[in-house]
Amino acid sequence: MSADAVSRDIWVLAEYAEGQSPKGGGPQLRKITYELLGKARQLADALGGRVVGVALGSGIGPVAGDLAAHGADRVLLADAAVLERYTTEAYAAVVAPLLVEARPALLLIGSSAWGRDLAPRLAARTGAGIVTDCGAVDVEDGRIVATRPVMTRKAIARVAFLAEGLRIAVVLPNVVSPAPSDPARTAEVVSAPVAVDPASVRARVVEVRAVARETVPLTEADIIVSGGRGLKGPEHFALLDALAAALGAAVGSSRPPVDSGWVPHDYEIGQTGKTVNPQLYIACGISGAPQHQAGMSGARCIVAINRDPQAPIFQIASYGLVGDLFQIVPLLTEEVRRLKAGSPG
Amino acid sequence: MNVVVCVKHVPDTEAPIRIRGDGRAVEESGLNFVMNYYDEHAVEEALRIKERTGGTVTVVTAGPARAVEALRAALAMGADQAIHVQDPALAGLDHLGVARVLAAAIAPLPHDLVLCGKLATDDNASVVGPALAEYLDLPQATAVTTLELGDGRATAHREVEGAVEVLEVALPAVVTVERNINEPRYPSLPGIMKAKRTPVAVKTLADLGLTPDSTGGSRVELLGLTPPPKRQAGRIIAGDPGPAVKELVRVLHEEVKVL
Repeated sequence: MSADAVSRDIWVLAEYAEGQSPKGGGPQLRKITYELLGKARQLADALGGRVVGVALGSGIGPVAGDLAAHGADRVLLADAAVLERYTTEAYAAVVAPLLVEARPALLLIGSSAWGRDLAPRLAARTGAGIVTDCGAVDVEDGRIVATRPVMTRKAIARVAFLAEGLRIAVVLPNVVSPAPSDPARTAEVVSAPVAVDPASVRARVVEVRAVARETVPLTEADIIVSGGRGLKGPEHFALLDALAAALGAAVGSSRPPVDSGWVPHDYEIGQTGKTVNPQLYIACGISGAPQHQAGMSGARCIVAINRDPQAPIFQIASYGLVGDLFQIVPLLTEEVRRLKAGSPG
Repeated sequence: MNVVVCVKHVPDTEAPIRIRGDGRAVEESGLNFVMNYYDEHAVEEALRIKERTGGTVTVVTAGPARAVEALRAALAMGADQAIHVQDPALAGLDHLGVARVLAAAIAPLPHDLVLCGKLATDDNASVVGPALAEYLDLPQATAVTTLELGDGRATAHREVEGAVEVLEVALPAVVTVERNINEPRYPSLPGIMKAKRTPVAVKTLADLGLTPDSTGGSRVELLGLTPPPKRQAGRIIAGDPGPAVKELVRVLHEEVKVL
């Protein structure tokens, strides 16, 4: 094999809650990392390679065991004070040389705020082929092939990485099953070198302001309750908050409530907001314009509650209730609470 | 402050698309193209910076002949000058290759700040901004919702999962913008007239000292485009709200098993 040959290993870049190394409470990997480990196992088995977890941060030793339990055969730990918070430049400076030296078959990165920030920079630095927003990633006839939504989800593109060179796939959250946990599994843990001059980091995070309401990030939520123009005002989002609390769901919106200033921009689902792939999406007072569908039509089950039977949302909804959401949503909240309390009816 | 804005000419997202017979591209005939939505916000941000601090706003695109319309739209909003990289070899480049081309076009220009949209609505890659930062050896801030400029540095806010990050970035830098950073202005009539008279500098890869090989070509291959799986309209649960809600919860619990 030539010096340029690529190994059969699949690498997974681990991500923590809030996209940085943990402070207090111990390391907590994000759901997307478990999903990437699940996908990596499948690809590594198909190629006959290993799953390698890569974790960067400060004081993150304990995470190695969690990566191993979820399928990593090998863990590369880059542990240094300069990596305590995610920065594009420090992270790229650590990961790029590792990639170039080991030449894995594929590096999987989650499509999160920092995954989308880092992956293209890494690709540019290493000359890796990059495919972002991957739904499926599979091995077909020895090639790695990914699918991704394009043209605001009006088409699905199938993209193959070339046979030669490094490859990075940025994978959407909630599209692959997380790897199961086996606490008995162990991995070879290797310390990765960190040679980062802090002065070379020209963009740094000086403050993180937690968004208190977001218990589950929208992009990771299994269930989303979402409101549209039909909510009629900011005060009525409390109805959705109550339903979401009963369901353990996250709350989102279509574009009009954001444009009207009822809810902040980070609520928005659709072409100009977030793309979500939950198991259940409950659309309340949302007409279902194509621009909204672009962000949520990948949901497994869609429930629409709208007073207009002609609303386009009913064309894609698995279940529809035509009626007044101000009447239906509180009833639904009550019924869900009853179910969760174990006394249906 | 001299600001360079990268723009892309993309299909209007409101319009339905047709996939070409060979499945390799979208049928362009009859399709309306516009400036990428997020790039309008980038142009607006550049114009506001110019209004506060002086300097120039230069817009750059790499694309086919029709892409000059995106530049004209930016000039009509108030940009000062425009560069159009146009070369048959562009069709064979991936996003890193395009970033390499844009970097070569921007490097000789005075640039205290380079702005891009956070993604282009046609292929949704969000690769070009950070790749451009790498090739220009500049720091980056992506998907920025507010941008304040100070002496030799900028403070940027960005939405991450569950939090807002406040970044301090040394200038010059590459910043990609979210839609809520501002409300883009409409071009004025004098602006539209002026845009028609402003010459657009057209450059080939050779003019930029590049060859198709030196851009890296394409490291990925598009195998095909297909329409997304069609969702079928499902079941309307009719009747009074009380019983309908009970039935909905029963179905979600027992049949769909999502509750």
